[in-house]
Amino acid sequence: MREIMVRAMYCEMLGYDASFTYIHAIKLAQQGGLLEKRVGYLAVSLFLNEGHELLLLLVNTVLKDLQSTNLIEACMALTVVAQVFPKDMIPAVLPLVEDKLSHPKEIIRRKAVLALYKFYLIAPNQVQHIHAKFRKALCDKDPGVMTSSLHIYLQLIRSPDSYKDMTGSFVTILKQVVGGKLPLDFNYHSVPAPWLQIQLLRILSLLGKEDQSTSELMYEVLDESLRRAEMNHNITYAILYECVKAVYTIHPKAELLEKAARCIGNFVLSPKINLKYLGLKALTYVVQHDAKLALQHQMTIIECLDHSDFTIKRETLELLFRITNAQNVTVIVEKMLDFLRICNDEHTIIHLVGKVADYVPIKTLTFAPDNSWFIQTMNDVFSIGGDLLQQDVPNNFLRLLAEGSESKEEDDQLRLYAVDSYLTVLKGHTSHLPQCFLQVMSWVLGEYAHLQESVDQREVIRLLTQLLDQRSVSSETRVWILSALTKISEGQTDLILDLAESLSSSQDTVLRQQAQELRHLSQDSHKTSSKPLCKNVDSSLSFLDGFVSEALAAGAAPYKPPHQRQEELCEDRALNLEPYGFSLPVSLSSCSITDRQSPTLLSVSSGLSGNSTELSQKAGSSTLILEGVKRVWGKDGYLPQKEATAPPVDEPSAAVQPPSQQEAAERIEPRPDPSTQNQDKQQLASSLFVGLGVGSSMSLLGKSEAPPLRFRKKPRPHESSSSSSGTSERSSDSSSRSSRNTTDSFLYSSLLEEEPAASISAFDHTPKSTTANGLAQNKDTKEDRRANTSQILGGDMVIVRPSTIQDKHPPSVSSDLTALLPADLKDLPHSDVISLTSDPSLSLSSCRLFRDEALLPLVVTTEEYGKLWLSLSHDVKQNLKLLTDAGDPLRTTLNALKDALQLHVVDIIGSEGIVACRLLSGAPCLLHCRVNGTALAMWLRSPHPALPDCILYHCQRALAHH
Amino acid sequence: MIKFLLMVNKQGQTRLSKYYEQVELGKRAALEADVVRGCLARRKEECSFVEYKDYKLVYRQYAALFVVVGITENENELSIYELVHNFVEVLDKYFSRVSELDIMFNLDKVHIILDEMILNGHIVETNKNRILALLALDKMAES
Repeated sequence: MREIMVRAMYCEMLGYDASFTYIHAIKLAQQGGLLEKRVGYLAVSLFLNEGHELLLLLVNTVLKDLQSTNLIEACMALTVVAQVFPKDMIPAVLPLVEDKLSHPKEIIRRKAVLALYKFYLIAPNQVQHIHAKFRKALCDKDPGVMTSSLHIYLQLIRSPDSYKDMTGSFVTILKQVVGGKLPLDFNYHSVPAPWLQIQLLRILSLLGKEDQSTSELMYEVLDESLRRAEMNHNITYAILYECVKAVYTIHPKAELLEKAARCIGNFVLSPKINLKYLGLKALTYVVQHDAKLALQHQMTIIECLDHSDFTIKRETLELLFRITNAQNVTVIVEKMLDFLRICNDEHTIIHLVGKVADYVPIKTLTFAPDNSWFIQTMNDVFSIGGDLLQQDVPNNFLRLLAEGSESKEEDDQLRLYAVDSYLTVLKGHTSHLPQCFLQVMSWVLGEYAHLQESVDQREVIRLLTQLLDQRSVSSETRVWILSALTKISEGQTDLILDLAESLSSSQDTVLRQQAQELRHLSQDSHKTSSKPLCKNVDSSLSFLDGFVSEALAAGAAPYKPPHQRQEELCEDRALNLEPYGFSLPVSLSSCSITDRQSPTLLSVSSGLSGNSTELSQKAGSSTLILEGVKRVWGKDGYLPQKEATAPPVDEPSAAVQPPSQQEAAERIEPRPDPSTQNQDKQQLASSLFVGLGVGSSMSLLGKSEAPPLRFRKKPRPHESSSSSSGTSERSSDSSSRSSRNTTDSFLYSSLLEEEPAASISAFDHTPKSTTANGLAQNKDTKEDRRANTSQILGGDMVIVRPSTIQDKHPPSVSSDLTALLPADLKDLPHSDVISLTSDPSLSLSSCRLFRDEALLPLVVTTEEYGKLWLSLSHDVKQNLKLLTDAGDPLRTTLNALKDALQLHVVDIIGSEGIVACRLLSGAPCLLHCRVNGTALAMWLRSPHPALPDCILYHCQRALAHH
Repeated sequence: MIKFLLMVNKQGQTRLSKYYEQVELGKRAALEADVVRGCLARRKEECSFVEYKDYKLVYRQYAALFVVVGITENENELSIYELVHNFVEVLDKYFSRVSELDIMFNLDKVHIILDEMILNGHIVETNKNRILALLALDKMAES
């Protein structure tokens, strides 16, 4: 049986399925004699992986053998426990294994420690109570047991800082090992326990990282290690390498750094190829801390770059990546592409091309060598990487082109260059080009071919049509090409008709359909826009204004997005009716009965609540009603935009208001808080499920209407400038704010911002004349009430600032003020009431009510997090900026986010961190962050489809402002 | 961390394979073939480390037999390179002048030795006497 089992192992090794023997392996371990048992256990460990169901049959045997007095049996059982053991059964054997820690034989103690290490790896919670015993194992008189316990510590020290006090012990151990205090049989080629030294050095570098006082403890022993490891043998170099890494990881000490640098020099210059490799690897690690070191070895690096050995080249490129800067980016990318051209390993290509592609745009934007270089390089990337590229490489590239940078001229130049270069490429031989490159080209030509005036559009059409005829072009690419043709086809009816004709017999139905559409479009040329489509999509659909106002005038109910309707259904109806009891103006109450927002009510109230200037600023892009309509008409697809947006519905009605009233509104009720000012903006963000924070820097969360567009347009400068056409004297101080808001609203149409600071400053320069008080106050009361009313009307109202004017009475105590809140708002959670003025004749107070959503930290344990993570469906991934200015970048970044966004940092493990938060209403959002080079790879999950995007956006903002 | 250890001869036949990370049976053969091809293609003067997918391969040649170890990026290549030698030295000591045939016909012993040295992808013992201690006990039990 034993012999047969060995043969079964052999079969499996050669790749034949021997699963029928698994059960026999277990039987052998159960019933066989000592040697059979040995082979049985061995076969089990080779055949079965953790979680295999047959392992359960083994548990009893293991238990029995653990209790056996026979040393060999106990050893075998412990070995198999440390290799494969079902996680659920750990509690059964744990006490037995624990007992073995005090076994007289070192081999048993050693194996017990290793088994516990395994337990720690798969179920850390279950061994938490025996951490003290790990310490005992570390102090074991036998070096073997001590060595095994180091594995546990290497793992433990990766996360918390609670092991700093053990630095001394590790240093002493290393000192003894280096000093040759171990028995001679631990030596390997007369180097004392080299792998143990490496292990200890790793532990020390983890401990000393960014910790000066701990680092100081180890300087001496590191120095000693560097000195001792002078013998000319590979293993000493391995130790040296680890030493150098440790020296550069811990808090720096000049003397040691110098020595370590010299070591690296020796490595790199060594004629032995393996050492050269290790030297390069060390250098790659070290240049992150000190880029100057690379300078010393310039020539060697250049040599290595042209080395015949593929591995060396690859490692050198890795090194170059780390030292890339504005000056050398062109050269390095050039080298990289050269390498890629001769490289034929698919995996390496994907890896490197991805890096280049990631790198090139970043570098171009930050250092901007020049456009032609950028386009040329991306061309190379596309043609080399071809269809191995990950989809986001072309996507990002196109987004870059579409979004552009600050200046329109530069963008156009870039686009122009791209068009030129693609035309050149297309004129050449195209059959070998990868599909994704063709797709990129056709998109760019479709969008921007018109920029190049010197080239006849017919020529472009001809080139693209040629592509269509090629056999090698996939049908997906054909679709891309055809949509490009659609975009530039205007005025070229004859060509297009020919094309449509030839395609109408195509096998591919999609193509046939597109051809058909193309034909119709070209026949009705007024339907097509001469402008490139993506560029001028009117996100506010302002051209529908007229239609909407007509419809509303005819008595149509204003559109409400579905979720708002739902919300309203859920809400108590009284909510909307009650506040009108306060409202004085008759004109309003008539509308309020409908329980709906009528356009007049809306515009009046919002005009009162803020200043109309800001209103009209927003109106172009964000009016409630328009936005509502968008829902209905949004699917219409691309529509030409009129450059000047139609007059918003709000504007006339706001203008109708007597100036004095408006002024009064401004004066007495300074509410420059954008969220209230822009009532309509709030409304527009009717898809808003706003989170409202506590701190002033806290931003609100909105969710975007549509899934986030990758090709999001940046706001045009003229939008904010034209928006300041208002009459108010405050336009100057508010313009900066408003332009930012425009940006926000553009990017995330439902974002609300809160800026108490701004509100105070605005308040300061509105002088109060006592004479006007009587009148003003009177109006105030109305207006305040009305303001409240209006806010309540807007289903998404977030902030209420009840300003209570008390003519004769002294200002009452602030706590009483809450009683003055409208009845339906009393029950909502609110912040403290803050008095805004000390004027005896006027009491102006504010408090904030949380009606909708606020973001709250979600306190969970790592396990709960794990479970929750799996249960969530909507996820978003994105790379964010990593704050690298201080200390541990991951920790710093997460703390910054935590402070800014009310997140709960659940755990930070090595280079990964997990963070959780939830909405007031309960929807959680989990964030998983991983340090990825210089970026923070963020992965968000939530049951709410839009929440991850939203939080991501705010994280980006928080980090950008940091 | 060590992901796998292979012993392959020049003809590409696997003599020993041990995976510390679950790899499907069907994929092992392909992986082994790939790995061997990668190592065989390299010349003597080139360095003993090759990149392969996410792993680094560290290989060392003994006559017609290659020992190839797949490791992760953060592992110290040179120390693994020497570990391979240590392993072969232990085998040499146990079989007294080890040959490919010894490994073929004593697969279980080689595995036991390997299990003593590497556990779950970590180096746990490098002391030759201790590695062989268990097998010595076995021998005693046998006789």
